[in-house]
Order: sequence, then C-alpha cells, then structure tokens
Amino acid sequence: MATRPRPLSPHLQVYRWQYTMALSIAHRAAGLGLATGLALLTWWLLALAAGPESYARVRALLGSPFGTLLLAGYVAIFWYHCCNGLRHLQWDTGRGLEKASARRSGALVVVATLLLTAATLVLALYPGARP
Amino acid sequence: MSMRSPLGRVLGLGAAGGGSHHWWLQRLTALALVPLGVWFLVALLGLPDLGYLTVRGWLAAAPHGLLLALLVVAAAYHSWLGVCVVIEDYVPNRTRRLGALLVAQFLHLAAGAGALFAVLKLSLGSAA
Repeated sequence: MATRPRPLSPHLQVYRWQYTMALSIAHRAAGLGLATGLALLTWWLLALAAGPESYARVRALLGSPFGTLLLAGYVAIFWYHCCNGLRHLQWDTGRGLEKASARRSGALVVVATLLLTAATLVLALYPGARP
Repeated sequence: MSMRSPLGRVLGLGAAGGGSHHWWLQRLTALALVPLGVWFLVALLGLPDLGYLTVRGWLAAAPHGLLLALLVVAAAYHSWLGVCVVIEDYVPNRTRRLGALLVAQFLHLAAGAGALFAVLKLSLGSAA
C-alpha cells in the first residue's frame, strides 16, 4: 500500500514577521541561558562552601572583564525572562491575549528589561550610586 | 473477573486530571522565582562587597539561607521543566531525545543538589 505524505500544518515561513515572535523565542533562549546561570550559581555556592581559596579563584574569574561582561549578560536575560514570564502568567489567566494588548505588553517588557538591567548594572558597578 | 476490555472500562470516565501537573508546577515555580530572584539580586547589590567573609556572614544570618535554599530548589525545578520542554520540541529523533532528556535531568539534579548542599553547609555549619 502506497502511503501518501501526510498533510502538514503551516510552518513559520507562512506568517508575516512580527516582533512578538522574536520576543517569544527570546523567552526560550533566555530560559536556556538562565539554566547555565544555575550551573554558575551552583559553582559559586560550592566554592563559597569549600573555603576562602576556592572562592577567591571563582571571584577572580567573575571579577575579570570577561566575567563582568558575562554577569551583565545574565542580569539582562534574568530581567527579560522575569518580565516576560509575568506576561506569560497574565496570559495564563486568559487576559491580555488580544493582538493589540499582546503587542503593547511586549513593548512594555522590552522597556522594563532595559531599565531594570541598566539600573542593576549601574548599582553593581558604582556602589556610590546605591541608596 | 470482568469480561470488559481495558478500553471499555475507562471510556466515559473523563480525564485522569493529572495532565496539567507539569504545567502547574512550571507556573508555581515561576511565581515563586519572581520574588526570590529579585530578592537575591537586590541582596547582592546591598552587600558592601562580595568578599568571602562578607558573603558568608550574610548567608549565615537568619532568613537568608532558607530563602536561598528555596531559590535554588525552585530554580532547579523550573529549569528542569523548561529545558525538557525545549528538548521535546526540537529533538525529533526518539533515541537522541531520550539521551538529551537524561543528560538534562541528571545535570539539573546535580546542580540543584549541589547548590542546596552548599547553602545548607553555609547556613547550618559552624562558622569557618
């Protein structure tokens, strides 16, 4: 019996590109990034528990220019995943799913992420700016 | 002994009600991680420096160890669920998918247990 190829549901390429699509995949990407951040947090905590020498090694690495840049990236993806996660939680209640409000909340998430990331980095890098 | 088929016995009984377990726990841990994550970030920013003694002293103080333990457990579980969904969505080959899920789940268990062990040691152990 010859089998005909089964019909497929329309895939991504048939849709007009919209920034809400980028926000959606960025949520997953940020989540995967934060999974590696969990490994980093575990490493940092285990080093702290192991004693001053091992903690100093981790701190030197994270305090280097590369480490600082890495941590800045984690701060950014943390705030994005956090803000966009709240958006997802709102959707779970059945609210905010209409096209216009989904676009508006998406833009709000981007603005909030930029502001929170900038504020965190300023406070982290310039202790004098802390309240 | 019943002569009814296994299918006949369950038809019409409705859903088992367990299908939303994964979905629910992902939202539950998400809801917990919002305040816990923000608290941790703000707490780190509030420390005068991130030196060994400063961080150890902070972790040994009353609610910090408990909150950090909650954070690492919720984060490890939330990440476990999220990473598994990504693997299930993007790895079509069954054998590779199973392998990737096994690796991801073992790594999450290791990370969660390691972080929790460290937090407990730092907050319960005698000051070093």
